[in-house]
Amino acid sequence: MAKPSNEAFFWMLFSAGGVVAAMLIPVQLFLFFIAFPLGWLQAPSYDYLLALARNPLVRIYLFILCSLPLFHWAHRFRYTLYDGLKVKHLTGLIFVLCYGGAVLGTVIAAYLLWTI
Amino acid sequence: MADKITLEIARYSPEHDQQPHFESFEVPVHKEWVVLDALNHIKDTVDGSLTYRWSCRMGICGSCGMMVNGEPKLTCATFLSAYAKNGGKIRVEPLRYFPIVRDLVTELSDFVAKLVKVKPWLMPRNEPPLAQGEFLQTPEQLDRYKQFSMCINCTLCYAACPVVGLDPVFVGPAAIALAQRYNMDSRDDGAAERTAILAHPDGVWGCTFVGECTRVCPKHVDPAGAIQQYKIAAVLDWLKSFVTPRGKGA
Amino acid sequence: MATVNEGTTKGTMNYTPFHPRWYRPHVSVYWWLGEWHYLKFILRELSSVAVAFFVIETLFMLSALHDGAEAYAHFQQVMRNPLMILLNVVSFLFVFFHTITWFNLAPSAMPIRMGGKRVPGALIAAPSYVAWVIVSAFVCWLVLR
Repeated sequence: MAKPSNEAFFWMLFSAGGVVAAMLIPVQLFLFFIAFPLGWLQAPSYDYLLALARNPLVRIYLFILCSLPLFHWAHRFRYTLYDGLKVKHLTGLIFVLCYGGAVLGTVIAAYLLWTI
Repeated sequence: MADKITLEIARYSPEHDQQPHFESFEVPVHKEWVVLDALNHIKDTVDGSLTYRWSCRMGICGSCGMMVNGEPKLTCATFLSAYAKNGGKIRVEPLRYFPIVRDLVTELSDFVAKLVKVKPWLMPRNEPPLAQGEFLQTPEQLDRYKQFSMCINCTLCYAACPVVGLDPVFVGPAAIALAQRYNMDSRDDGAAERTAILAHPDGVWGCTFVGECTRVCPKHVDPAGAIQQYKIAAVLDWLKSFVTPRGKGA
Repeated sequence: MATVNEGTTKGTMNYTPFHPRWYRPHVSVYWWLGEWHYLKFILRELSSVAVAFFVIETLFMLSALHDGAEAYAHFQQVMRNPLMILLNVVSFLFVFFHTITWFNLAPSAMPIRMGGKRVPGALIAAPSYVAWVIVSAFVCWLVLR
């Protein structure tokens, strides 16, 4: 019996990332990149945000927030390129660019959150 | 309601044409007429060479699927009166994403091959002796797969699915729904064998949940749901493959 | 070439079976512009770009936090740029679209049966929306207090 395709793994990451993105990104995006810059809500002070980011639980939260959605993007964008631009023949290159990007983002997030 | 309506019908004759072209026909509008009635009227009284498939004319055989104004529809279930308002025209074309044999007739051998590929038959682990009698199944067990068993193989879902058009190897909605129908059947133990065929990059993973298949299905089979459920089963199977040893025989 | 009527008095006759030339329609690379349902699907898929954009912005924000108060103030200044605001409003719309479509489609993958009957999809999606509101409220509280 053949081993099931490893596509299952990437779809699993895509799904997990999709749930994280759906639940957490709207409020995060609205607060930090719309409400605070526009002054609709009082932005927290640098010291408070730094203290918050240094909290171990928050570090884990932020890591998940920055990592899983990138894998969600990688999988979805990969298939959008296949179907939307009909470039499935470039599958190797697309795979490396998409998942490579996600891994790079994950590594950067890990470094930043470890050393913040 | 208007007296007459114009049908623009795709014609293709392999002997004469390089590609399909449209011909217009005027057809009387009767309250109870469907597009299939209009086609039959044209074939009987105007142009006997018009070629198309049909059979039961009541939405159960799955033969009369065509594109009606760009939407995959069963022509026996699509009423002329819905289009006759405001001087509407009806554009009838063969189902999308299939090779065209002639006029409105599509080539289905690839579709049939995909159906066969998923092994759509019961594969019980141990065949019980005949004397034991029939398989027993509770209403709850039946309910688990009944929706997926309603498929009439009309291929409207294939005409709706862009992945079918873009990727000829993609197994397609009806075939995967059919596989799920057997996987969910309590009498069947062949799930592992089917997963080996479908949990493949050219199998179920090509689906990106466009959802058009479910939208156009005349029997409410929900093939998109079947496919997503299949993906989850394939993920579990993939995870299990690291825990359980393989190569114990099919 | 098929051989038919072997062994007849006339000997073997060779026919080339007639095969009509099928017309194979070509799928344009612009297939997704042809129909509203297809376009809506592609927009949903492109929401993943907004998701990635958010993550990249957040990484820049974390980097600014990491580098000190001045760096963070500079970051905030950049975010106030009208172009950034516009990009973020558009991204928010896409991300919101992702959330709605995700919660509405997820029940298809998880048929839940209770009392022998299938629970309708809307009832399975509802807890996701509730959880979303609760989580969002919690994040707001945590950040704004």
